Amino acid sequence: MHEMSIAQSLITILQEEMAKHGATALRSVRLSIGEMSAIVPESLSFCFEIIIEGTPLEGAKLLMDRVPLRGYCPGCDRPFDIKDFVFVCPTCGSTKIETIEGQELSIVEMEVE
Amino acid sequence: MKVSVVRNILEANERIAEQNKALFQEHHLLVINLMSSPGAGKTSLLEKTIDALKKDIRIGVIEGDIQSTSDAERIARKGVPAVQINTGGACHLDGNMIRETFPEFDFSRLDLLVVENVGNLVCPAEFKVGEDFKVMLLSVAEGDDKPAKYPLMFHESKVLLINKTDLLPYVDCSVEKIIKDSLNINPELTIFQVSCKTGEGLGDWYRWLHESVKDKSRTFKDGPHG
Repeated sequence: MHEMSIAQSLITILQEEMAKHGATALRSVRLSIGEMSAIVPESLSFCFEIIIEGTPLEGAKLLMDRVPLRGYCPGCDRPFDIKDFVFVCPTCGSTKIETIEGQELSIVEMEVE
Repeated sequence: MKVSVVRNILEANERIAEQNKALFQEHHLLVINLMSSPGAGKTSLLEKTIDALKKDIRIGVIEGDIQSTSDAERIARKGVPAVQINTGGACHLDGNMIRETFPEFDFSRLDLLVVENVGNLVCPAEFKVGEDFKVMLLSVAEGDDKPAKYPLMFHESKVLLINKTDLLPYVDCSVEKIIKDSLNINPELTIFQVSCKTGEGLGDWYRWLHESVKDKSRTFKDGPHG
């Protein structure tokens, strides 16, 4: 249950960004959550709602997009879907691959007033 | 008004972890982040490893637990500096908790710092603390389905120790399946099969770790232990 720490970090960043843009209220925030990150979206929503109660962020919607794992094989010079957490190029069988998506835990955009 | 904000949610922790890492580098210190579920044998592995290597390398330990100081006391009895962090509920250590222990150590007198994370197969894998690499421990009593159920930790680790192999006759666990599934998730993973109870297989781990410490100090030829 590390979603509380993550919710706290998220809110710190949102407050910084709201101050930067002179915003007084937060309507929504959209996150990208990689398939590989160990986050339970329902827990994160729950923690987020508790922390924002009574703050200018209260009522904000937390939108989360799950990002599937994608790999890239430098040998074949092509991207591919990483299925069932098998980090191997499906074309040539190489294990020297890069993970290009699916590990992120990031904010993408927010809607403010 | 929609505002594009591309920021990593864990950026604050990662910034602190990078600062920790820079400090460890200055001291030519190899730092490992040791992770497993509760009861897999992290502290036993550390006790054995300290006994085997303390004549050759100077070891320090940070013990992370939700409560109690029993693990740090076990390590301190081995005659090495040990600091306990009680997270008071948090399921993992983060960069800031590690930083707060710094006044307790003299890093110029250490070659290896082991951070024993809170027992948990999920959360610790998500938080860097400034380590060179992560080492994970899985005991055969936990079952061979763990790589498939908890892929992140297997993916993030450099080393997997499969512990309690002395129990294999009594448990339904296929070490071959653990190895096969772990290597699918992380083809670069180095795997050791060990028993902290009987000592079987630990020699290879000690040699590997000792070499890693030496490699790290060789990187800094101009340093005091170069």
